[in-house]
Amino acid sequence: MNTVYLDNNATTAVAPEVLDAMLPYFGELYGNPSSMHTFGGQVAEALETARERLAALLGADPDEVLFTSCGSESDNAAIWSALQSQPERRHIITTRVEHPAVLSVCRYWERQGYRVTMLGVDARGRLDLEEYAAALGDDTAIVSVMFANNEVGNIYPIQRMAEMAKERGILFHTDAVQAVGKVPIDLHHLPVDMLSLSGHKLHAPKGIGALYIRKGVRFRPLLRGGHQERGRRAGTENVPYIVGLGMAAQLCADFMQKERVDVALLRDRMEAGLLERIPDSRVNGDTQNRLPNTSNISFKNVEGEAILLMLDRLGIAASSGSACTSGSLEPSHVLRAMGVPFNYAHGSIRLSLSRYTTGEEVDYVLANFPGVIETLRAISPFKG
Amino acid sequence: MWNYTEAVHDHFLHPHNAGPIPDANAIGEVGSLACGDALKLYLKISDAGVIENAGFETFGCASAIASSSVLTDMIKGMTVDEALKLTNKDIANALGGLPKQKMHCSVMGQEALEAAIRQWKGEPAVPHAHEEGRLVCKCFGVTDAQIIRAIRENNLKTVEEVTAYTKAGGACGECQDEIAEILATELKQKPLQELKPRPRLTNVQRMQQVLKVIDEEIRPQLAADGGDIELVDVDGKRVVVALHGRCSQCRSSNVTIGNLVERLLREHVEPDIVVEEA
Repeated sequence: MNTVYLDNNATTAVAPEVLDAMLPYFGELYGNPSSMHTFGGQVAEALETARERLAALLGADPDEVLFTSCGSESDNAAIWSALQSQPERRHIITTRVEHPAVLSVCRYWERQGYRVTMLGVDARGRLDLEEYAAALGDDTAIVSVMFANNEVGNIYPIQRMAEMAKERGILFHTDAVQAVGKVPIDLHHLPVDMLSLSGHKLHAPKGIGALYIRKGVRFRPLLRGGHQERGRRAGTENVPYIVGLGMAAQLCADFMQKERVDVALLRDRMEAGLLERIPDSRVNGDTQNRLPNTSNISFKNVEGEAILLMLDRLGIAASSGSACTSGSLEPSHVLRAMGVPFNYAHGSIRLSLSRYTTGEEVDYVLANFPGVIETLRAISPFKG
Repeated sequence: MWNYTEAVHDHFLHPHNAGPIPDANAIGEVGSLACGDALKLYLKISDAGVIENAGFETFGCASAIASSSVLTDMIKGMTVDEALKLTNKDIANALGGLPKQKMHCSVMGQEALEAAIRQWKGEPAVPHAHEEGRLVCKCFGVTDAQIIRAIRENNLKTVEEVTAYTKAGGACGECQDEIAEILATELKQKPLQELKPRPRLTNVQRMQQVLKVIDEEIRPQLAADGGDIELVDVDGKRVVVALHGRCSQCRSSNVTIGNLVERLLREHVEPDIVVEEA
């Protein structure tokens, strides 16, 4: 049985073109890009080509791209740098719906004596810009707001929020791990100071990420030691993975417009089909403003982990904001921040598509998914 | 992904006795939508007190459904008295075990069974535990009596384990200190492990151990107050020390010697050590 993979916000398949681009750097091209000889120098060239490709996807200058090990490292480094370079500022602004890579870091700094404002969201997961404006202060070291939410797919008004921070001279970071490669981002016009991304969300492998740092923004490295990445991150470069990320970025740039439309059409067909076939189901998030590949649906009176396991038997891979899947006892912090009622929150399923999702797969889901909910509802004590 | 046993998978995918039974004369309900799992257990109990039939409806994860399914299998044919002796452990064992974080599913089964039998006996539907207990976890509605029972029946040692078995403390976390107190009280009531007789120490061994305790236990504590300690002599069980730094001028240095140095050396080395100041 082939897997119908609908968990692309968790991780994506490595594109075949990406793998092909990487392989030589595990083989004959093993030089160190810092070496003075030609053997290493040709690897340094590949590194810079990758940097240019990623910069092109973002509308950035190659010098503004710093390669890291993952999105979480990028988030940690961005916040660390903002706090270390402005020790007099003791306030951080973020949101209640961030990824743990930002949320836990902010909570850590809170324990170290920083003041942290966590902006709330409305029932559809939208931020209140007036609340945000009121939170910005002379003491604010950094604002960190995700570009798009991993669970419900909401896209946040980063343009406006970054402008508002800029007017006050406050650093602005965005965790764009879910957005890069899925929606256009042009840093020539988007006034964010730092932006995090992760390779494995855009068909590069796991273990590679990047941090964009706008020219002129003071930076304090998290990893010290070597001179690599112009002294901003010590450690010999992960050449094959950087090459892979560069290739993945180029594929995203080449095909984004087409993919945005194709993937969104499939997503919409699947979502509408499920809502139509399954009574008492509802979409979570801001359907007017979200990623083209993400659908988060709640099914009343059934529990998410049970749904996932039954889907798994059918070869469908998805994820859930249910408490039981994570080992915690409470449903997803994102759904709770949105105030999704309990009889829906426990039964939330996230379906996230990719460029490799096919119409046949959507048909298969539409044919089989409703039966799962029916089976579980039949044994649930809660009816209606 | 959870590491469920084959039995859990089987009972989840092909639950036994799912659905209400039409002639049920005892129904036990536990859990709620807000909690994320709930079980409604239906029993048909004969006049002689034998469970003739059982059915269930469950909202929850795979292990909640599997626990309900296996429970109904287990109790069919039992007398109510036999059924009341079942513990949550028996339910988990019948499934070949549950992941620790899922043990509360087996507790839910046991509580529903108890609630149903109480109803059949004409006792208040609220389980015994709730009736006597004091509410500890407000998020999940767990009482101290339920917590104590889970601790005793499953030999729990940490707050984390109590949360895994009862859910208490798993949401806002405000009651975790209270759970820790309940645990401390419970653990103290258990018979202490038999103390192994300490081997007789040679002079060299004693000296080494005294030095170790001074370095690792005592000096750091004195250092916190700006003081220091020096070992002057070990003569049999008589240990001579000198206090330095702020401790040497401290009028309560004899208190320090007795309360700290002697107490710790007696605890860690030998119970009849005498400490003197040089």
